[in-house]
Amino acid sequence: MKTHARQFNESARHYTADLHHRELIQKALAGYYARRDEFKSRFQSWPAARDLAADIKREAINHLDRYLDEFVSRLEARGTKVFWAPGAKEARDYIIGVAQQHKVRSVIKSKSMTAEEIHLNEALKQNGFEVVESDLGEYIVQLRREPPYHLVFPAMHLTRRQISDLFHDRLGSEPTNDPEDLTMIARRVMRRKYCEADMGISGANFAIAETGMISITENEGNARLTTSLPKVHVALVGIEKVLPKLSDLALFLPMLATAGAGQSITCYNTLYGGPRQPGEPDGPEEFHVVLLDNRRTELLADAEQRDALHCIRCGACLNVCPVFKNVGGHSYGTTYQGPIGSVITPHLRGLQDWKHLSQASSLCGACTEACPVKINLHHHLLHNRRNAVRVYPAPLDNLLQTTFVFVMCRPGLYQLAARLGRLAQPLQRLIRGTVLDPLRAWTKTRSFPALAEKSFRDRWRERKTP
Amino acid sequence: MTNREVILGRIREALKIAAPPALHEGPPGPAAPLPASPQKWLPPVGETLEEQVQLFRRNAEELKAEFYDCTALNEAIQYLKKLAATGGWKNIGRHRGELTDAVARELGLQEVLTDHGYALNDLESCDAALTECDALVAQTGSVLVSAPGAGGRALSVLPPHHVVLARRNQMVPDLGAALRGAQEKFKGQFPSFLSFISGPSRTGDIERILVLGAHGPKKLTVLLLP
Repeated sequence: MKTHARQFNESARHYTADLHHRELIQKALAGYYARRDEFKSRFQSWPAARDLAADIKREAINHLDRYLDEFVSRLEARGTKVFWAPGAKEARDYIIGVAQQHKVRSVIKSKSMTAEEIHLNEALKQNGFEVVESDLGEYIVQLRREPPYHLVFPAMHLTRRQISDLFHDRLGSEPTNDPEDLTMIARRVMRRKYCEADMGISGANFAIAETGMISITENEGNARLTTSLPKVHVALVGIEKVLPKLSDLALFLPMLATAGAGQSITCYNTLYGGPRQPGEPDGPEEFHVVLLDNRRTELLADAEQRDALHCIRCGACLNVCPVFKNVGGHSYGTTYQGPIGSVITPHLRGLQDWKHLSQASSLCGACTEACPVKINLHHHLLHNRRNAVRVYPAPLDNLLQTTFVFVMCRPGLYQLAARLGRLAQPLQRLIRGTVLDPLRAWTKTRSFPALAEKSFRDRWRERKTP
Repeated sequence: MTNREVILGRIREALKIAAPPALHEGPPGPAAPLPASPQKWLPPVGETLEEQVQLFRRNAEELKAEFYDCTALNEAIQYLKKLAATGGWKNIGRHRGELTDAVARELGLQEVLTDHGYALNDLESCDAALTECDALVAQTGSVLVSAPGAGGRALSVLPPHHVVLARRNQMVPDLGAALRGAQEKFKGQFPSFLSFISGPSRTGDIERILVLGAHGPKKLTVLLLP
């Protein structure tokens, strides 16, 4: 079996050479950058808003037990059934149990990365339930039987032509080059599904402790229909989604929209506080909230990286990451792509299997700068590298590093090394990039800078004593 | 041990070690208390109602919603009659309310009332939905609806054209004010559903190109009444 690291390397090599892919991603992101900057500039102070957002999430995460308790007791007081799921299996089993109990035939689902994380669709299908993704991008990747490419834009790697061909093959629609026509094809299919579905499954963007509500952010209206029409609604919520107060949304809703999608506000920001209440005309008879741990508490226990749980899954760090833009979302092989995925996946799925993601970074810090809740992303990649070698030390790297420090601390030795390097350079040129080259890891795809014929030190000496 | 105790136990164990201090740009020092409201960092809103109405109009139009400031109820009725004629409306979905009743009487179309439940297919085949709202938010151009204030969950999202009837005194400056207003109004007895609607339903999932009317309404009209 291929290791995750090998799979990543092979896929990354493929995508970085795919110029068509690069052009598509760059074009999609160019519009995002322009709109994001426009809406950021409308804030009276984006940096102060970030500080405040980080403080609020910090307060929530560092008192998570108290806020979760408050959230759950308020939800339960109004007839919501809450299930605490320590792991993925418990969450899946509970949701399948609810579906069986209600003799559900078809399930409609709105976008949820947490559901991707626990592979909910596969489990439901294995148990005989039909599951349809209602978000357009998610529906497209579901028809293609592939995972979402990006946390927020699941189908950003596809052209309208590819989507038209897909719809033609799978739905029998007429080929078209118009994104509006394609959207309307999906709309018509989905309308039937909403009306037939017995159960709606959603995620949640925020869990409000003060009032016992979940908040769902979306543009299409698919989550609203998913949570309005079927008789059962199940929301799968990671325990880190908690916000202390209802008024916190006044900050988080515009920040999520601006950082995540380059919008001033997303089209629908909806709060759900229970099943249909007495006197209300519609809504589900039952509302279940599944609170998922699935090793989030292990990340919580790592105080140094605890702020990674502040993440609101906006995807801003992916959009600015030079590695993501070149290797593409599918190379990661993770539920959460990009810098945030590289930070949290080792915690959620094992450090040694996923430590290679920490190396897939230029440490440029663009992610940290883009993060609306100020997660120290690029430093956490370094923390993961350090933690990985603590368990499995890398003796060769250590030797190189020790030698480097030894030489750099001794000017005479450094000069000698530079002279030797200058002598060895012509020899290295003969074998550059071949298996004999000791610098092959670098030189097989890059040129190696030549050492100057005279060092700065030599020239300085010449200038002073002519 | 229950699952709840297991997870809360893990959390309490994890939180025994304090997190390192936050990385703020400001000078180091004791952590400042959290400000009560983020208002001073968010996009500015005018002081007067008139400024807020103008800001709402700009934002709503930017979101591709239609905004019409009516001087009298009759003007709203005339405007809606025009919309009904050009849109070829045969039946509309609505809920009972002071404004919706007054307007619907004059429109004289077939109706699906959602107040006491409805047949899904009837509502799905409506040409438009007529609702009231809980607040209008100037800062974002959003309409706040709730289950009791806008005829339930589906009415404002299922038909292809959503028309909102709002009163001028429902305009609030920002999301914070709208949320505070809801907290005061419902006093802890929240409805099961509250939603900020900002423009007609949309998607950019195909090559990031904006398409209106993804799953919800293709059109949103906000009529402001005195």
